[in-house]
Amino acid sequence: MPNPKRRHSHQRKNTRRAHDRLVAGSRSECPNCHEQKLPHRVCPHCGYYRDREVIAVPER
Amino acid sequence: MRHRNYGYKLGRNTSHRRALLRNLVTSLVLEERVETTVPKAKAMRPWAEHMITLGKRGTLHARRQAAAYLQSPAAVQKLFDTLSARFGDRPGGYTRIIKTRFRAGDNADMAMIEFLGSEAIQRQKKERRAERAEKRAAAAREAAEKQAPAAEPGPDKPE
Repeated sequence: MPNPKRRHSHQRKNTRRAHDRLVAGSRSECPNCHEQKLPHRVCPHCGYYRDREVIAVPER
Repeated sequence: MRHRNYGYKLGRNTSHRRALLRNLVTSLVLEERVETTVPKAKAMRPWAEHMITLGKRGTLHARRQAAAYLQSPAAVQKLFDTLSARFGDRPGGYTRIIKTRFRAGDNADMAMIEFLGSEAIQRQKKERRAERAEKRAAAAREAAEKQAPAAEPGPDKPE
């Protein structure tokens, strides 16, 4: 079985991982209640989509 | 390659898929708005629009074609008499799909599909729902009041 010839340094490992990172998912602002919401989706806070279209009626 | 692989299979065999889509389209015609998963909404959209096309054509043949697809005669009647008339000069694009939420239980991406111009009908439905909820709440209050005095005089808890 082939095996690594040389041990990789910490720097080499860390340099390789320099571009590995988590990216925050995109959010957009609801034009009605100004909460953060998923784009292209009904606002879960106020039930509006594209100002004035009430879809879901949130309880509470 | 997904060349020439048009459409949605929805994990069902042909007959199951056809029945599912017919049920969905029939419900949509009758209720004007349906909430379902995004792929199902997208799969039923061409059929829903085709039904309107048939309704606008208005011939006996078109009526029979619609009756062969829709699951209930009432839906055919509504399609030809009231629904299609709304879309007189609109060249297609009779439905709207809006993504709504992620279903509790399986986290499925949900959407509602509706016919354009059904806002007034939806408002009426909402009012009727509110009325019914009000009535139910009132009945529950009444029942609770009847129960409470009956329970008070005879507490069978040994103190």
